Amino acid sequence: MQRRTSRLLTAGALALTAALALSACSGGSGFSSGSSDSSKLTNGKGTLNVLIGSSGDAETNAVKAAAASFTTKTGVKVDVQNASNLPQQMAQGFSSGSPADVFYTATSQLASWSKNGSLLDYGNDLSNKNDYYGTLKSSFTYNGKFMCAPKDFSTLALFINTADWKAAGLTDADIPTTWDQLATVSKKLTQDGRVGLTMSPQWERLGAFMAQAGGSLTNAAQTKATVNSAANVKALDYVQSLLKSGSTAFSSDLGESWGGDAFGKNKAAMTVEGNWLTGTMTNTYPSVKYKVVELPTGPSGAGTLQFTNCWGIASQSKNQSNALKLVEYLTSATQQLKFSKAYGVMPTLTSTAAEWKKQYPQYSAFIDEAKNAQGVPTKAGTADVITAFDQKLSSLKTTDVKTLLDGVQKNMAAALKQ
Amino acid sequence: VTATTTGRAASAGRAPRRHGRAGRAEARAGWLFTAPTLILLGVFLVIPVIMAAWVSVSNWSGINSPFSAGVKYVGFKNYSQLLSGGTLDEQNFGASLRNNLWYVVFVVPLQTALALGLAMLVNSRMIRARGFFRTAFYFPSVTSSVAITVLWLFLFSSTGTVNQVLSWLGIHGPNWFNEPTGLFTLIGQVFGIHSGPHALTSHTMLGVSYWSWLSGPSIAMSAFILLAIFTTSGTFMLLFIAALQNLSSDIEEAAMIDGAGAWTRFWRVTFPQLRPTLYTVLTLGLIGCWQVFDAVYTGTQGAPDNTTNVPAYLSYQTAFGSDGQWGVGSAIAFILFGIIVVFTIVQRLVLRERGVSRRRMRWIRRLQERGASMTEEIH
Repeated sequence: MQRRTSRLLTAGALALTAALALSACSGGSGFSSGSSDSSKLTNGKGTLNVLIGSSGDAETNAVKAAAASFTTKTGVKVDVQNASNLPQQMAQGFSSGSPADVFYTATSQLASWSKNGSLLDYGNDLSNKNDYYGTLKSSFTYNGKFMCAPKDFSTLALFINTADWKAAGLTDADIPTTWDQLATVSKKLTQDGRVGLTMSPQWERLGAFMAQAGGSLTNAAQTKATVNSAANVKALDYVQSLLKSGSTAFSSDLGESWGGDAFGKNKAAMTVEGNWLTGTMTNTYPSVKYKVVELPTGPSGAGTLQFTNCWGIASQSKNQSNALKLVEYLTSATQQLKFSKAYGVMPTLTSTAAEWKKQYPQYSAFIDEAKNAQGVPTKAGTADVITAFDQKLSSLKTTDVKTLLDGVQKNMAAALKQ
Repeated sequence: VTATTTGRAASAGRAPRRHGRAGRAEARAGWLFTAPTLILLGVFLVIPVIMAAWVSVSNWSGINSPFSAGVKYVGFKNYSQLLSGGTLDEQNFGASLRNNLWYVVFVVPLQTALALGLAMLVNSRMIRARGFFRTAFYFPSVTSSVAITVLWLFLFSSTGTVNQVLSWLGIHGPNWFNEPTGLFTLIGQVFGIHSGPHALTSHTMLGVSYWSWLSGPSIAMSAFILLAIFTTSGTFMLLFIAALQNLSSDIEEAAMIDGAGAWTRFWRVTFPQLRPTLYTVLTLGLIGCWQVFDAVYTGTQGAPDNTTNVPAYLSYQTAFGSDGQWGVGSAIAFILFGIIVVFTIVQRLVLRERGVSRRRMRWIRRLQERGASMTEEIH
């Protein structure tokens, strides 16, 4: 017994020494996290590592091409990698002290990466900082600091299958502009084994109806939860009535993972989706003819949701000034229009809106709605609340709306208090 | 097992340790030979465990090393956030525990029974092409779990094969992976019970109402339960086959001569002899069930309504997810570790070798007496 104890002690001591050694190693390379003074960017001249969470080959190739032309112009080498799981890979990079220099940052990541000091707050150093849409800038503002340059954005609009539309005897005059009209056309389009309207069961789609009813998850300053407001109840009651009438079904109930697939496979004649679906339609469902119109207006007017990513720069990066140059290059008007062409997103600069509309008249609904768009809450902890909310929404048809929203309200209030 | 017992016996029997140069050289050689394993275990097991333990009681936010300056000890704050306060973390953790508990309750007994059944079948001398069946039953276990999960998603989709087959029987199958209703709730609904009594719905444990604790695995989780039984039974079947082949046929034959039928022979003769293997299978099954991750990660990621979330996945999600709560994520991992240890100890106590109870002894004696009197009568 004694021998065993001493052996255990030896093993423990060994492990402890190793752990200490390890901590000493990483402690040495410790970077003063957080307070990164934006006027003092690091001036390394090494290769810039760019990590992207690409939607497909079109996007990957477009970013690689842009990076290559940046290299030709400036001589700075850029290595673009597509992440299979970007948040996880970035987390590994941050904790080991060597993250990618430039990387996609989702609005849901912004709060936690800003809070722990992983992100460089370079927003005010951008030469084109006044050209970005205000709502996009506020989506990437944390504690009053404009953190990073919005990369591109998308809004939700109504996709209509034109063949189904004609088959139901509908014309352009019938395009729904109110909730009642949407309910009517959905009913008319429900035939031949397909439903009129489908959506993914998540706040990221249904939230558009909340916006049209005048509701939102939080107040504008993100200090108070407003999840169970009368407006939100009205919006979800409306969606529930659509579901109950049988003219609308969630994509999950149609056996599809998202509204886009249900729409592409013609299991539904209409869907509420964002710009990204246009790419899927071209690549996966090229034979389906469709058009994109603005979402109908609700009791309190027009409203939609807006989704965006930004180009994050790591506070641990040794090449920050070159990284900033790269981001300015990637967010320039010409480059953003190239990205639009490659994978259907909208440029984040107000000065490019007219040009974009001229090039893509069929998608003008997306950009026309931008002025009514609500962003995703960015406070730390809210992303988890929304995930939990989404989980509940799949059974919206049979749940009590007020009870559901009360539950989310409690969680959202707790998250905002932190 | 043999090596350790002989080793212990040898060290107990032998005289005190040898000293001197030869002994030192031997010790050095011993350390040298074990060094690769020790280093590997240290780097990939001991150090990460120590780091995770530290993270679970610290405010590490995911940037730089957890041991770097600025990371502070926060006591059991992360744990209390999971176990009290009614936060979202607590609700999620409670739900994941509920889901995993039902998963264990269903998977462990069913997979053990199925594995034993398959082993008995494959081991019986009656069946031809035993090798073929053995391979067939073992096949799911050696297939990549991701591939099988994806297969399962196809089979159990709302328009998938399973629902197709059910429709031939006139049953309208559920939308398996999107159905959060619990199995018992569903059965209750058949009998007209749609909502629980106030006492059960209004009180909560770990942020989940008692009614919800009792609702059983959701339909989505049931599909995962079937998946686990399908994939792991093969592995445990092999363990049972090995055990069955080790049993001597003498006892079996003796029982046969005593006139025991096949059923009695199995329960009274074969099954008791399988106790050590049963213990192994149950322990491995239990640990495996509490650690389930891959199916949830590739399949549903906790949906629908958090009814397929499990602590292992929740731990990953909490740490690597958008809110980056590393401390809470590690705390979940350590609570899970505690749960597994407790379950294993309880099971060990239940399954330990016990002497024959007095009641049973009386019964045996009575049988013996009756047997003796019968033999006398014959004579």
